[in-house]
Amino acid sequence: MHELAVTQNVLQIALEHAGRAGAKRVQRINLVIGALSGIVDDSIQFYFDFVSQGTPAEGAQLSFERVPARFRCRACGQEFEFQDDNWACPACQALGGEIIAGREFYMDSIEVK
Amino acid sequence: MRVPIVQNILSANDQIAQENRKLFDSKHILVLNVMASPGAGKTRLIERTIETLRDRLRIGVIEGDLASTIDTERISRLGIPAVQINTGGACHLDANMIRAALPRLPLDQLDLLFVENVGNLVCPTEFALGEHIRLVIASTPEGHDKPYKYPGMFSAADVLALNKIDLLPLLDFDLASFRRGVEALNPNTAFFLVSCKTGEGVQAWADWLLARQSER
Repeated sequence: MHELAVTQNVLQIALEHAGRAGAKRVQRINLVIGALSGIVDDSIQFYFDFVSQGTPAEGAQLSFERVPARFRCRACGQEFEFQDDNWACPACQALGGEIIAGREFYMDSIEVK
Repeated sequence: MRVPIVQNILSANDQIAQENRKLFDSKHILVLNVMASPGAGKTRLIERTIETLRDRLRIGVIEGDLASTIDTERISRLGIPAVQINTGGACHLDANMIRAALPRLPLDQLDLLFVENVGNLVCPTEFALGEHIRLVIASTPEGHDKPYKYPGMFSAADVLALNKIDLLPLLDFDLASFRRGVEALNPNTAFFLVSCKTGEGVQAWADWLLARQSER
């Protein structure tokens, strides 16, 4: 959802850090996207190829590390991945818990020269 | 050469949200971000809350929609300051839009500010506005499976109002299943059953909100 605006943020953050590092080109951007973040990687790639034209990040490779959604069970402390409505703790069958992973949406690093 | 960054993509929004929050705190205004599907009853619950609390608190409203001023007109008819944000296409409000709207409100004369977000159970959770409380409104015709389908939104709720309870006799709404879903995500979420149509439950919700405001 709203991947164009988000992609513009990706470009701007990458260029800012590249500039601070004194780099001329951004070759690779490593993104971490959680399953609950509502962001679609194919759409980001699509928009990025467009918005990066004419910038030092033109042609940069985007990599997406996907983080699955995880609960920490409030009853027994077990941490487990979940999808859809399979919320039962594998250790004690309690439902749900604290969401400890899956909401990520950050730029981990870039590669520049 | 690898440059480590570890920066949220939405950090620019978070930064503005923090600035908004500081401004609200400096003026002792309690701010709610009201989120729900279209038609769940966001504007109606705001109206009902205004009716109930207006003698105790000075209230303002920011209305967010893709288009139209329908909701702002409703609030204005109550004699309450209201500002419309038309996003033009964006499916959520963001902190920058809120910041731009604030000069149009009499902030020095407000105790409570409702920000009614665009009707959407997905995107608004990603965009902090500077609010203190996230109110999520679900409604009985939407079905009891919504917490399971939208865990991001329901786990982000500080308070949840289930509206249109007057329709329960007509619907196959499993209230126990719904509550289980909400509690599974966050047992600390305050939970209110309301009917904006009949008024049932509105006083209990308003009392909770009044208590939150007095804590500021």
